[in-house]
Amino acid sequence: MSNTNVNQPKPDNLPAHKINWGRLDEAERFAEQVKLFRQGKLTRDDFRRFRLQHGAYGSRMTDDYSMIRLKLPAGEVYSEQLDKIADLSDSFSIGSAHVSTRQNFQLHWVALEDVSEVLRGLAEVGITTREACGNSVRSIMCSPLAGVCPEEIFDPTPYAVAATKFLLRNPMSQLLPRKFKINFTCCEKHGMARMVDIGLIPQHAEINGKTQRGFKIFLGGGLGAQSFVGHQLEAFTPEEELLNTIISVIRIFDRLGNRDNLARARMRYLVNEMGWEKFQNLVLKERAIMKMILSLVVKLEVDKTPDVLRKLSISSEMPSIPQGYSRWAKSNTVKQKQPGFSSVFLTLESGDVTSNQLRVIADIAREFTADGQIRNGFTQDMVFRHVKNEDLPRLYAKLLEVGLANPGALTMASVVGCSGTTSCNLALTNSHRLAKEIQRKFIEIKIDEDDDLRNSTIKISGCPNSCGQHEIATIGFYGGGGRLGKDMYPLYNMLLGGRSDEDTTLGHTCTKVPAKRVIPTILKIVEIFKSEKRQGETLDMWMCRVLEGNGGPNVKSLDDIKELLKSTLVVPTKEQDEDFYTDYGNDGSYHAKTGRGECAA
Amino acid sequence: MCGLSKEKTTRVTIDADDLRSEIRDKSVKVLDIRKEEDYKQGHIPGAINLPLASLLADDSPEKVLQYAQSFGIGDETSVVVYDDTFGALASRVAWTLEYIGHENVSLLGITFSTWKRLGLEINTESPSTSKTNHSLKLQPQILATSDYLVPAKEKGAVLVDNRERLNFLEQHIPGAINIPYKMLASGQNILRPKEDLKRLMQNRNISSNSEIITYCGSVGTLSGLGYYALKSIGLDNVKLYVRSFKEWKSLEKPIEKQQDANYWDLSAE
Repeated sequence: MSNTNVNQPKPDNLPAHKINWGRLDEAERFAEQVKLFRQGKLTRDDFRRFRLQHGAYGSRMTDDYSMIRLKLPAGEVYSEQLDKIADLSDSFSIGSAHVSTRQNFQLHWVALEDVSEVLRGLAEVGITTREACGNSVRSIMCSPLAGVCPEEIFDPTPYAVAATKFLLRNPMSQLLPRKFKINFTCCEKHGMARMVDIGLIPQHAEINGKTQRGFKIFLGGGLGAQSFVGHQLEAFTPEEELLNTIISVIRIFDRLGNRDNLARARMRYLVNEMGWEKFQNLVLKERAIMKMILSLVVKLEVDKTPDVLRKLSISSEMPSIPQGYSRWAKSNTVKQKQPGFSSVFLTLESGDVTSNQLRVIADIAREFTADGQIRNGFTQDMVFRHVKNEDLPRLYAKLLEVGLANPGALTMASVVGCSGTTSCNLALTNSHRLAKEIQRKFIEIKIDEDDDLRNSTIKISGCPNSCGQHEIATIGFYGGGGRLGKDMYPLYNMLLGGRSDEDTTLGHTCTKVPAKRVIPTILKIVEIFKSEKRQGETLDMWMCRVLEGNGGPNVKSLDDIKELLKSTLVVPTKEQDEDFYTDYGNDGSYHAKTGRGECAA
Repeated sequence: MCGLSKEKTTRVTIDADDLRSEIRDKSVKVLDIRKEEDYKQGHIPGAINLPLASLLADDSPEKVLQYAQSFGIGDETSVVVYDDTFGALASRVAWTLEYIGHENVSLLGITFSTWKRLGLEINTESPSTSKTNHSLKLQPQILATSDYLVPAKEKGAVLVDNRERLNFLEQHIPGAINIPYKMLASGQNILRPKEDLKRLMQNRNISSNSEIITYCGSVGTLSGLGYYALKSIGLDNVKLYVRSFKEWKSLEKPIEKQQDANYWDLSAE
C-alpha cells in the first residue's frame, strides 16, 4: 500500500496575486472586537465604526449578519483567490457571491461571529476588506479594459494600484467626513471619471518637445440622493503631480467637508456649495504646498513592468462551433489592442454568481487567459482578458456547461440592480430581483441582437441613493412606494437619458412606474423609439434629442413620452389585480419598511 | 462505582491509513452507508452494507441491535462508518449505534469518493458475517426530543441548526443559532481540524461546559455531522434532536423567521 498524494501539483507558470493586501492580525482583531461587543464592553456605534472600517456592513433589519465587501483594487482578482472566495461563500455565506458596481465581491448574510473567519481566509490569499466601507478612501477603481483598450493612451492600472498602496491603511484615509471614491478609466468611453470624487483618464501632452504622461482629472462628481457631474481640474496633470493632487484633494475634503450633516457630507456638496472656481484654487494652492513639503519624502511607487503574458497552448480542436456562439461573441467580447486577443465579459444576473461558477471561472482563467487574471467590471460583471481569438468558441462551450454563457453583457440586456431589499436597510423595493427579471425577459426576446439598443443601459436602485446608478442609465429606475386608497404597491421613479461618458448627463425624471409595469414600460419606450427614430439613430441618441426638445412631430419632448405611457401605467384596484400589490420575490402585500442606513456610519 | 472508565475517549474520526491497518489486522468492522447498488460497484474491503434508508425504515433500538448483532458487532468491537455524502449519513448511523450503547464507533475522516480518488483499495466482495451478542444500554443523554428542547433552552442550552444559511433564515426553531454543515468540512476532510472548529465555537461564545442540541431538516443527518464536529473538540454534553425540524413543524410548534428581507433573490442558483 503506497501513500498517494491527492493534491495535484499545479503548473509553475500560473500567475498568482502579486500584492498581499490582506493582514491576518486584522482578522484576529475583528474576532476580539465582536466578543467585546457581545459582552457589552463596546458600544454599538463604536463597534459599527470598527466593523465598517473592516468591510462588514449590517444586513437588512439585523446586525447579527453582515455583508462583507472585499476590496479589490482595480478590480483585479486571481484564480486562487476566486477558489478561496468560493470556499468562504460555501462555508460562511449563502453559496453565492455578488459582484458590485465598484468591482468588488460582496458576501452576504455572514453571521457576525464568522466575519473574522472570512477575513482570515481572505488574508491567506492576499485579499483585504479594509476600508471597503465606512468613511474612508474606498477601493480604487480602474476600467476592466485598462491595458487592452484600443482607445487608451496608456494603461492606468499601475497608477490605480500604486495609489492604493499609498492610501490603504494611511491615517489620512481613516476618518474622513464621508466615503471617498477614486476611479481610473482607460478612455472616455469605458468608465465613470465624471461621476466620482476623483476621476482620472490617461492623457499625453507635449512638454518641451517631449511626450509626457499625465491625466485628465475630474473632481467633485458623484451619484446619490443629489448627484453632480465632476469638474476638470486643469487641462493636463502630469504624472509626477498625481499623488500630490490626490493628497491635496483628500486634505481639503478632510478639513472642509460637512461633518455636521451626513446627508451633505460627500465632497460633491462641498464643491457645489463653495463653487467650482474657489474649490479649484484651493486644490491648486494646497498642491503647491504639498509639493514643497512632501516631494522629498513621498513618491508614488508605480510599477510599470508589464504583466508577463503566458504562452497559451490549448491544442485540441473544437469539433463544431456550439449553438448560440455568434450571438454571444457579438455581445460579450471586445477586440483588444493586442492583435489576436479579445476580452470576454460574463453576463451575470444582478452580479450574482454561485461558488461553483466561481471555481469554473477560476479554471477558465487558468486555461484561457494569458495574464491568468480576472477583472471585475463596473456593471456587476466579470471579465477575462488576453484570450486568444481562436480559443473563444471553446471558452464559450465551457461557459455553457455552467450556465454562464448568456449573451448580452455589453448591451441593454445586461441590467444593473443594487442589492435592494435582499440585504440593504435602506431599500424600498426588490431592485435586485427586478433587474434579473428584466434581463431574463430581454435575453428571451433577443434584445441584445438589436443594434439600435446596444449602447443603451438600464440601471435600477431600490431607493433614491443611487447604488444602482440609475441616474447615468439611458432608462433608470429608483424604488419607492405608491398607494391607491389604503393599499400600497411597489413602484419606481423612472429617469431617462442619463450617461457617463464624455457627455456625462444625469437622467431626467419622467414618471412613476409601478414595479409590475416596469417591463411593459421599457418595451413601450422601445416601441415609441422605433416609430420615431431617424436613420442610423440609436435609443440613447434619440433620447438625447427628445430631452433637448428636438424630437419628431409626434414625440417632441419628455412630456410626450409621458403621455404615451399613460395607458401602460394605469393602477388597478387590489380586487382587479392582487399581484400588482406585491413586489418581486414576495407573496404578501407590499409595505415599505426601512432601517438605519449603514453607509452613513 | 465511579471508576474512570467513562473518561475513555473515543476517537470521532479515523484517517484512511489507520483504517487500512486496522482492516489488515481485522480489528474493525466497517459499515458502508451508501445505497446497495453503489456498494456493489465497489467498496472498502471488508465493509458491510447498511444503506441509510434501510436503517431509517425502522431505527428502533431493538432493530438497530439486531443489525449490530447480525453484523458480528459485539460490545467491544471497533466500528468505522463511511458514506459519500460528506459524512452526514455516516454520522446518523454512528449516532444510532452510540444511542443503543455501542461506544466504540468512529467516522472515516474522508468520503468514499475521496478514498477512491486517493487510489486506495476497493473490492466488490461482500464479507461473511457471523452473529454476535451485543447488550442494549440506551444512552438517553445523547438524544433530544421536541418536549426536551424548550425547557433545556430555558436552562441555557444552545440550540444549533445545521442547515444551510438561507433555509435557516427562512424558518428555524426560535432561539436557534445557525452553524451550516458546510462550515464543518475542510478540503477533503469531512471535519475541519480541531483548532479551526474550536475557534469557530469560541467565536460563538460556546464553552466546553455548554449543553448543545443539534438539529437539521428532517432525519438528523446534517445535525449528526454537527453532533460529531462538536464531540471532536471535546464537547461532551451534546444531544441530537434526531426528528429535527420536520417533526417540529408537524407538531405546529412556533417558528422564527428573518423577516422583511428577500435574501433568496441573492442566490445565483
